Amino acid sequence: METLSILVVDDEPGIRSGVKRILEGHQVSFPFMDEDYQFECREAATGEEALLMLEVAPPEILLLDNKLPGIDGMEVLEIIKQKNMDIMVAMITSYASLEIAAKATDDGARDFIPKPFTPAELKSSIDLIAKQYFLKKITRTMKEEGKKIRYQFLSVLSHELKSPLNALEAYLRMIHERELGDSLNDYDAVLERSLQRVEGMRSLIMDLLDFTKIRLERKEDKMERVDLKDRAQLALATIKPLAIQRNIKIRFTGKKLYYDADPSDLDIMFNNLLSNAVKYNREGGEVELCLRQKQQHLEILVKDTGIGMSEEEVSLLFKEFVRIKNSRTRGISGSGLGLSIVSKIAELYGGHIYVESVPEKGSEFSVILPLT
Amino acid sequence: MKKKTILLADDDPDVIFQLKHHLERWGYEVVAVESRAEAERYLEIGCPDLAILDLMMEEEDSGFILSYRIKKCRPEVPVIISTAVAAERGISFSINSPGSRSWIKADHYLEKGYRMEQLRLLLKKYLD
Repeated sequence: METLSILVVDDEPGIRSGVKRILEGHQVSFPFMDEDYQFECREAATGEEALLMLEVAPPEILLLDNKLPGIDGMEVLEIIKQKNMDIMVAMITSYASLEIAAKATDDGARDFIPKPFTPAELKSSIDLIAKQYFLKKITRTMKEEGKKIRYQFLSVLSHELKSPLNALEAYLRMIHERELGDSLNDYDAVLERSLQRVEGMRSLIMDLLDFTKIRLERKEDKMERVDLKDRAQLALATIKPLAIQRNIKIRFTGKKLYYDADPSDLDIMFNNLLSNAVKYNREGGEVELCLRQKQQHLEILVKDTGIGMSEEEVSLLFKEFVRIKNSRTRGISGSGLGLSIVSKIAELYGGHIYVESVPEKGSEFSVILPLT
Repeated sequence: MKKKTILLADDDPDVIFQLKHHLERWGYEVVAVESRAEAERYLEIGCPDLAILDLMMEEEDSGFILSYRIKKCRPEVPVIISTAVAAERGISFSINSPGSRSWIKADHYLEKGYRMEQLRLLLKKYLD
């Protein structure tokens, strides 16, 4: 139970004590709220007194009579707005002119309570305000969390982009200063590593484009009936040169399977899953790609005979920019975005990605796409 | 004279390669590790004369954790934290101001992309 404090500003003591009596003991609960609200009331007889109390201990809710002996309610409201104070205000008015109502709403008043009011009317107004208060609080938390996530993403991204640049710069300086000798042959390893870092950076940028694309675009007009087999074969053709180079056999089973999707989403998934299966495989290993239709969903299954992962490594796998670092993955370049992209795409379609893996034996990735 | 030993922890193999090359050329013995875990295993059996630690390894603050562990049992070992993470994270890591020195247990902070000469002078300051 959370207690919201209410400041009642009215020059009539009877109204103040009446409000207090009605609201203390009143509780607000909505099914969507995880906590109920109760109220404690404080009183102020004038606008001046109210402003003083707002400075010292601002309440969550202000019930503000318009007609006050000194400065009136509208002026108090204006000051609250000017000072950007975070308070929910309801005006109490005995004669509600449209003009006052419009002005008060403009200055941020949430509700009007016409005088005289019944306990039920007051309570229903407070219920409304408590609901608004709750929603405002939730929105603010969500915005802050969103900001935090975006911020973290950018900071990690800049780290990932700067690291290869730093490495390259240092290699170039080594060459420039002839650190390793005067013959070009002395720099074979350095040049090869530099090229690998360039390659890594390129793949990071490509993945990043995919990543922003799936984040930014949700485009119904790009949806079409796609044959998974077609997209799979396209991806297979792309990965083939690398597979041949590493002497890895790829087996494909699956018949035509239709699914409503943006074809480029499927391409991204197939490319990522297959290139991982080849990259993290052993020389002479195997990759199996299988498309299956179950009752309520389609399944894309990619199995490899590669280096596999421990349970702990699997738990980190789908996080952005996480690359599993161990002696077996050294020298394999990657952005750390691929699987997080695949899992995000699967989620966009209401699906999911599952992984099973045994170190030194291999991994099995299964993407489930529900048929709607 | 016995060579001074430097513990070098960085999860980027290229940084290891590059720094190791320079440090050895300057006459230091180098123990290079690629993770906090590896560094901690070394610290159980050995003690460096100085440590150069990458900030982000397994965790985004691995370097601080390591530095803390080193300082706890060997407060006299100078620790340099180097990282590509800097101002854009919004955290000013400047441990060269006395205020932050009290909680960040490191002696110097280097933003990656620093010149080798800069590092060499720093090492001279701490080790000679």
